[in-house]
Amino acid sequence: MKITRKHFLQLSGVSLIAVIAKRLVRGTAKVSTSEGSAKKTRWGMAIDLQKCRQKEGCSRCIKACHAAHNVPQFADRAHEIKWVWKQPFEDVFPFAQTQYSRDVLASAPVLLMCNHCDDPPCEDVCPVGATWRRDDGIVMMDFHRCIGCRYCMAACPYGSRSFNWQDPRPALSVINPDFPTRAKGVVEKCNFCEERLARKQVPLCVEACDEKALVFGDLEGANSEIRKVLRSRFALQRRPELGSRPSVYYLI
Amino acid sequence: MNDRPFIAAGLIVFVAFVTTPIWHGAAARSVALAAPEVKLPAQEKQCVAPVNYMRASHMQLLDEWRTDVVDAQKRQYVAYNGKVYDKSLTRTCLGCHGSRQDFCDRCHNYNGVAALNCWQCHNDAPPGGRNAP
Repeated sequence: MKITRKHFLQLSGVSLIAVIAKRLVRGTAKVSTSEGSAKKTRWGMAIDLQKCRQKEGCSRCIKACHAAHNVPQFADRAHEIKWVWKQPFEDVFPFAQTQYSRDVLASAPVLLMCNHCDDPPCEDVCPVGATWRRDDGIVMMDFHRCIGCRYCMAACPYGSRSFNWQDPRPALSVINPDFPTRAKGVVEKCNFCEERLARKQVPLCVEACDEKALVFGDLEGANSEIRKVLRSRFALQRRPELGSRPSVYYLI
Repeated sequence: MNDRPFIAAGLIVFVAFVTTPIWHGAAARSVALAAPEVKLPAQEKQCVAPVNYMRASHMQLLDEWRTDVVDAQKRQYVAYNGKVYDKSLTRTCLGCHGSRQDFCDRCHNYNGVAALNCWQCHNDAPPGGRNAP
């Protein structure tokens, strides 16, 4: 069949309308779906160091976390497993002190845990994708996939990850049946209690603290409690110069 | 040509010898293989999927559950009959099946299956919460 000029112009016109119509339909569909997922969350924590120091030697948060997550206690420090722990102020913030504050602050304990970085170095180096940043900001681990190469431990600037050099079960006197233990040869770290967040509960360390030194919330929510605290108080992040953008803040 | 009877006799003896197992089997009465003695849940009669599917493909189901919970944060399983279950090996599976020694291990041992070692990390025999959802 020979195509006449008139026929050709008709065909082009119809195709043009079809393309535009498709674009319009796609565009409206995209808007309607993005409205549903527009509410982004980024979980974060602010730790009030003054309140944390109030009760000397308090480790309720650490005990609560480690009991619930089946974190073993080994006598040998080389085998230590830790999700939440303490370190002296001068080790954590060596440049945030003066010669006069040093006397008071140097040995003051600072509560540490996984920073759940916005740009986690541990995720970049994991060769098997066993650790990744979730959409809500939690740096998650899949113990099933971990092959125990410990690249993540080398990459983490905060020492937040521990390696199971031995089977942790014999070292656990009580096992919480709701959380798995780990196997020998697997890395582990704080998971911001993602299993509790799924049930709309705050992390255990936050709940366990009587002094209310830990504020947990959504860093993306402009009116969340944590954002209010971070607006009103001076806060530090651990090693911000590295650009990993931690989600854990320290109120000085 | 004088050897013909010897050859025939030899052949008969040979065939009889080679087919001994068949005669032996025919002589003995047919025996059914013993089925694995798994301990079935006492109260619950319905699993999260039909029995045939669970027998053949429970490993795929468990693998999907694992991926859903860890990667996709989907923790609820809607069964084929509309019932909703928590995707939990310890709570949901063992909640009905009791202990892995009486259920998983018996069938795995019977079939000679070297299954993944789930129980190295996942907890067997939860105290109290047997009938949790």
